[in-house]
Amino acid sequence: MSGVHVSTTINGDAVEFVCNADEPLLDVLRNRLGMTGAKEGCGTGDCGACSVTINGRLVCSCLVLGAEIQGAKVGTIEGMAKGDQLHPLQKNFISHAALQCGICTPGFLIAAKALLDKNPDPSEEEIRFGLAGNLCRCTGYDKIVRAVQATAKEMRGA
Amino acid sequence: MAEVHLWGALRPIVGGALSVSVEAKNIRELFKTLAEQYPAFEPHLQRGIAVSINGKIYRDTWDQALPEGAEIYLLPRIPGG
Amino acid sequence: MPLDTNFTNQKFKQVGTRPLRPDGVDKVTGRAKYGADYNAPGQLIALVLRSPHAHARIKKIDTSKAEKLAGVKAIITSADLPDLTAGDRGMRDMLENCMARKKVLYDGHAVAAVAAIDQTTARKALKLIQVDYEILPHVTDVDEALKPSAPVIHNDIFTEGVEPKPTKPSNNNKRASFGHGDIEQGFREADIIVEHTYKTEQTHQGYIEPHACVANVSPDGQGELWVCTQGHFVYRNQCAALLGMDISKLRVTASEIGGGFGGKTHIWTEPLALALSRKANRPVKLTMSREEVFRCSGPTSSTSIDMKIGAKRDGTITAAHGVLRYHGGAFPATWAEFGAMTAFACYDLKNVKGESIEVIVNRPKTAAYRAPSAPMAAFAVESAIDELAKKIGMDAVELRIKNAAKQGTQSSYGPVYGPIGIGATLEAAKNHAHMKAPLGKNQGRGMACGFWFNFGGQTCCDINVTPDGTVTVAVGTIDVGGSRASIGLMAAEELGISYEDVRVVIADTSSLGHNDMTDGSRGTFSTGLATIAAARNAIKVLCARAAKMWDIPEDAVVWEDGHAKPAGTNAGNFPPLSIKEIAAAAGNTGGPIAGHNELVADGAGVSFATHICDIEVDPETGRSTVKRYTVIQDAGKAIHPSYVEGQYQGGAAQGIGWALNEEYIYGKDGRLQNAGFLDYRIPVCSDLPFIDTMILEIPNPNHPYGVRGVGETSIVPPLAAVANAMSNAVGIRLTHIPMSPPRVLKAISARKH
Repeated sequence: MSGVHVSTTINGDAVEFVCNADEPLLDVLRNRLGMTGAKEGCGTGDCGACSVTINGRLVCSCLVLGAEIQGAKVGTIEGMAKGDQLHPLQKNFISHAALQCGICTPGFLIAAKALLDKNPDPSEEEIRFGLAGNLCRCTGYDKIVRAVQATAKEMRGA
Repeated sequence: MAEVHLWGALRPIVGGALSVSVEAKNIRELFKTLAEQYPAFEPHLQRGIAVSINGKIYRDTWDQALPEGAEIYLLPRIPGG
Repeated sequence: MPLDTNFTNQKFKQVGTRPLRPDGVDKVTGRAKYGADYNAPGQLIALVLRSPHAHARIKKIDTSKAEKLAGVKAIITSADLPDLTAGDRGMRDMLENCMARKKVLYDGHAVAAVAAIDQTTARKALKLIQVDYEILPHVTDVDEALKPSAPVIHNDIFTEGVEPKPTKPSNNNKRASFGHGDIEQGFREADIIVEHTYKTEQTHQGYIEPHACVANVSPDGQGELWVCTQGHFVYRNQCAALLGMDISKLRVTASEIGGGFGGKTHIWTEPLALALSRKANRPVKLTMSREEVFRCSGPTSSTSIDMKIGAKRDGTITAAHGVLRYHGGAFPATWAEFGAMTAFACYDLKNVKGESIEVIVNRPKTAAYRAPSAPMAAFAVESAIDELAKKIGMDAVELRIKNAAKQGTQSSYGPVYGPIGIGATLEAAKNHAHMKAPLGKNQGRGMACGFWFNFGGQTCCDINVTPDGTVTVAVGTIDVGGSRASIGLMAAEELGISYEDVRVVIADTSSLGHNDMTDGSRGTFSTGLATIAAARNAIKVLCARAAKMWDIPEDAVVWEDGHAKPAGTNAGNFPPLSIKEIAAAAGNTGGPIAGHNELVADGAGVSFATHICDIEVDPETGRSTVKRYTVIQDAGKAIHPSYVEGQYQGGAAQGIGWALNEEYIYGKDGRLQNAGFLDYRIPVCSDLPFIDTMILEIPNPNHPYGVRGVGETSIVPPLAAVANAMSNAVGIRLTHIPMSPPRVLKAISARKH
């Protein structure tokens, strides 16, 4: 199978790669670009651990082909902090103990950011449904929701 | 002399008794004596037996002493998750 | 070195605070490396060929076509994994579970494995392997497997614990019993008796990270293994044994772990990766797909439990009798026995009997799942006790308070209890605001209690004081949920230094002595004990160095607030020396300063919990929503309260999923129908409310800080708490878990007719 040549932008950086036509974006990120922040929890779009944004839209990178991001702007967890400044979501996840094993955390952060970018003042219900595409088995979601609520408040007030 | 209580699965080995008296100063002597007196104990010892001494559960420590008059229970090794 | 582990009731400066965890930044930036995040140069990708049949004899495996495919570097079958277990049945079953030998015993059982230059080639190679099966009749239900008509899965298993010894092989590998008193007499004394059969379906731990490893074995017999695991030392020992390697030649480095809950306490694909690497002489990366995780790792048992409990009209329970049938999957296990041991542990019972029946079925080899065997038993007991309370007309909490075990009670599994927390959690539940909150239409409230043993085990710790006076702590127990922060707190507390000056790392297997797995809620308890002991040893050395620096005898120095001080005015008028100053002079006073400890942690202390649940049921669809949930649990001493709360909430969430939705569905063909997160439905964020927690601290007298294990108990009460709430919401007692909408709807419409 001959490869597909892709030029794209990831976290603001110009990136070029060659991938197989049937290769998911998740595999491209993890195996070809060394960006292992997005995780494979299921490979079928059910767990959200592979969440990234494409042109601002939240997607499961296991359901997108590498070839599809030609010319797109992709956002991954690796681009969430600005230099050595953590995003308020990242800070609050740590301080609110919103992670235990941490495997779902990159996916949740990307999803939570996408939620707050669209809706800076979400209700508890809106947060819960907004994050319903991300599975966590450790926390019961309690501290995750609290961390997102605290961040929303902080980002509105700041 | 130590009075050693047995969990259900071990009772058939000692003819159905709920407990046996064993001359032993520590866990190692206890296991050794039991295996000598009742050879059918051996496979259970291999699989792992926990010893409760006055309510505190021990698993691997041979030289853990069996104080005179202590309440001693043999239990199966419990796994965790 | 003996450590005085008795609880000292000291005042804490750091323990009990909520500092930031040391691995937090790595985990929120995606930098932390989990099992599948590591790649070795030149590595091959491995895939496993798995049986599509629940039970079949392997007549022939032909790998010749696959061997010829370009890019395939090694293929293994059981022929490449000789049986070196020398009569150890447990190890032999482990080997056979990793790869089938003469028979496949469950849908998904491994039969061959391939290592190739990339995944595409490996997939093609799997398709080229030809396996001739002779399909055999199968059985997947725990009760069906006990019937005389059921196919016998192993013809060398004869029921243990039955006299006279059986001559015919059976799917019932063991029977046993626990208890004391006279249950016949006890039931005669009862005014009310509740008797039901309860069933729970099979569930999976559901960790989000699939099993993954990178194995690298060289021709000189040395090996490296990178793997996500709850116990890298145990994995090392078991892999080495199965592959005929010396233990010291295999170095295992644990990745960060993306959840385990007991499911990563067993080896599944690791020996296959090592064997492939050995054959190909290249590193081999093997990850399980989500489907493989469900089909062929280690879920928990499905169960069938007969429970009979009798009480007097004043609420005193006079007798309790449980017969518990659990299966171990396709290999002999003793899960029912642990269920029987925990079932009645919350109560002070004069007459009690728990009988365990272990069953073998054509399902994957079960593994531990958070307080293994306890949640199912508690479901049966707590449901029956709740019904008893209703029939007597007594409040559910009051009935339990009346019969609760206390210090001095003989437990139903044998030993007498020391100080325990069941009474305190019940009193706290009785007075909790949750109990007084009003309920709406179609809503019901239920509560239940739970218990878990917790245990200790072999543990090592190395504390090193670095040249600038900051401290590194190397431990061997895997951090599953944030325990590095708690270990750091305990080291800082003992040494009298700031938490920020301590860095905790998880060492690889070549850098420390053996450590048992992180299971049994032992992580913080055992590692904490070893850390405290190592810190006290380091303090001895620090004092000796200060003595040298002051030129006074060693016993004239004491350690206080992170400083060496003269023991009294007679010892000399020296200003205190900080750890920084002592460390700076280490090269002159005898070299690097360290404290070590290797111990078997014992006395973990049992832990009890009471949960309260409000549920709303839609009578038209059978769909239920948990509206409010409270966890009250005894932690002994909460080292880092945020992470203790996290354990309470996480266990409760898993229990709620188990109670309402999660189950393995096997078809008539014996194949798993729902091997994915879409149809194996675990709770999502929108399914749950905030989970309130209340940490009680009844100190464990066998730990210097009073710590009890906390990780597991929280999954024990939810099945019954939710079932009791459900029964109050719809007025029907459901006895089959999960109480999914179809089951609830069926019960509601059955009642209408």
